[in-house]
Amino acid sequence: MKVLIAGVSSALARQVAMLMKSRGHEVLGMDRRPWRDAPEGIEVFETDLRKRAAEDIFRTRRPECVIHMATVNALTAGGDERARINVGGTRALFEHSVAHGVKHVVFVGRHTYYGASADSPLYHTEDEPPHGIGSFPELADLVAADLFAANALWREPKLCTSVLRLVYTLGPSQQGTLASFLKGKRVPLVMGYDPLFQFIFESDAARAITLAAEQRAKGIFNVCGPNPVPLSMIVQQTGRTTMMVPEPLLRALLGRFGFPKLPPGALEHIKFPIVVDGRAFKKATGFTHEVDEVEALQRYRLLTAR
Amino acid sequence: MARDEAVKDLVNRLELPFNAFGIDPYGVSKKHLTTSFSILGWLYRKYFRVRAVGIEHVPKRGRAMLVGNHSGGYALDGALVLASMMLEMEPPRLAQGMAERFINQLPIGSLWSSRTGQLTGLPEHAERLLEDDRLLMVFPEGAKGTAKLYKERYSLVDFGTGFIRLALKTKTPIVPLGFVGGGDAVPTVHNSYALGKLLGVPYVPVTPYGLALPLPASCEVHYGEPMRFEGSGNEDDTIIKGYVEQVKTRIGQLVEAARDSRRSHRNDGGAR
Repeated sequence: MKVLIAGVSSALARQVAMLMKSRGHEVLGMDRRPWRDAPEGIEVFETDLRKRAAEDIFRTRRPECVIHMATVNALTAGGDERARINVGGTRALFEHSVAHGVKHVVFVGRHTYYGASADSPLYHTEDEPPHGIGSFPELADLVAADLFAANALWREPKLCTSVLRLVYTLGPSQQGTLASFLKGKRVPLVMGYDPLFQFIFESDAARAITLAAEQRAKGIFNVCGPNPVPLSMIVQQTGRTTMMVPEPLLRALLGRFGFPKLPPGALEHIKFPIVVDGRAFKKATGFTHEVDEVEALQRYRLLTAR
Repeated sequence: MARDEAVKDLVNRLELPFNAFGIDPYGVSKKHLTTSFSILGWLYRKYFRVRAVGIEHVPKRGRAMLVGNHSGGYALDGALVLASMMLEMEPPRLAQGMAERFINQLPIGSLWSSRTGQLTGLPEHAERLLEDDRLLMVFPEGAKGTAKLYKERYSLVDFGTGFIRLALKTKTPIVPLGFVGGGDAVPTVHNSYALGKLLGVPYVPVTPYGLALPLPASCEVHYGEPMRFEGSGNEDDTIIKGYVEQVKTRIGQLVEAARDSRRSHRNDGGAR
């Protein structure tokens, strides 16, 4: 199968590209950022999804499957630019796919779509609307991109669309939301709260995305690995120490004294859990994770030991 | 915090899918259970001297719904029912209640309710727990039940209907229970809703001695034989209300039985 991976230069997308190549697929990649040491056999195009050059790749190379991993999650990215990339880029990808004969689009979204709030269910199923937009409006563009992709299931019935809502990843790249949160030796938590966090090791995440592409799993799917564990346990098991800070103080410290500059709504994500029910994806693809929570945290501890 | 080794053993014998960290898929933690039930165990045995009757009616395994009355004050009865399942059942079982929504918003409350398996009262939580063959604890009177005044402590207020629809949908047996003693432990003469609003809770019970600290009143809980209803959960309200009435009547009988039993024990031994 000829597959095009948009956003191929991210750490996880590189692993997907290499895994797909090793499984005999023809892999093309596209990204605004370069992938200088891309392995032989993976052709990488340095362009923006929203530019004409991107459409030319769809037109001339005629991929059968497109994996969309070109959304931006980092809250440090400017709000307007993020929205343009996430919503505009997703729209362009679907338009080019429909126009140029792509059979299957895999949209790799985040489980943060559901939002974190005190009164939302512990295990989210795919049929739920997002909960947390009110308290965390900065996530709106990612939610909009997810909904736009999901809408393709009805808008473009001839196109097979898979919308994956992937939990936090953890692994050798040490990139991603959870890895960024675990960067320091002392990790701030909101005093009196200890939400369950759900994560998947990078190699398992890459395998799940590959399986979705290979099996043309049509629909919306939560993708998760091991059972969730409390955030404090993740911090401790990866060799860090927790720093319990009362919420008003933590709010005041955001962006000061080495604390990350985050919107106030981000604190909801370290107060309340976002846990997803991944049974539908497992049933559709037969996916099972290989790295459990104990091994994942031990490996991450060793990877990041100083 | 001191932990009771016997309680630790009971927690280890719970038939729940704990991982190597001692955490189950709902976030229930062996460590937190041990601490909680060490304290609750002392309250159950020494302070409130709870007597549990008919515990053999609670299934040892598989899904079941404990449905009972609130006896006043606050959800002291719920905590003591949890303790009776852990301390008196063989093998021990963890009953999982449906916590009031405000609890998950509060620091500490959010953490401990989650780590001890007392999830926020949402239909999704209740259904999922039953599908996973857990033991669910439900008080269909809700917050109106805990807000009973001392003089109303043996009465039952209106029951919600959701628990019956859920039992029908998930084919779950209902184990009715009658609890007495909570109203004596927290003899509420007034509920301050204004103070509650200030503190972020539904209300604050006021007792003749001011604060709603519980007195060492003896408590008694009677479990009845499981009640099974046939249906899909989509029946008309009239049918559902008929089933609710049957459960409510049975709970009323169990409350009366517990009340009589407690009175006779008091007369016999004087210790209670």
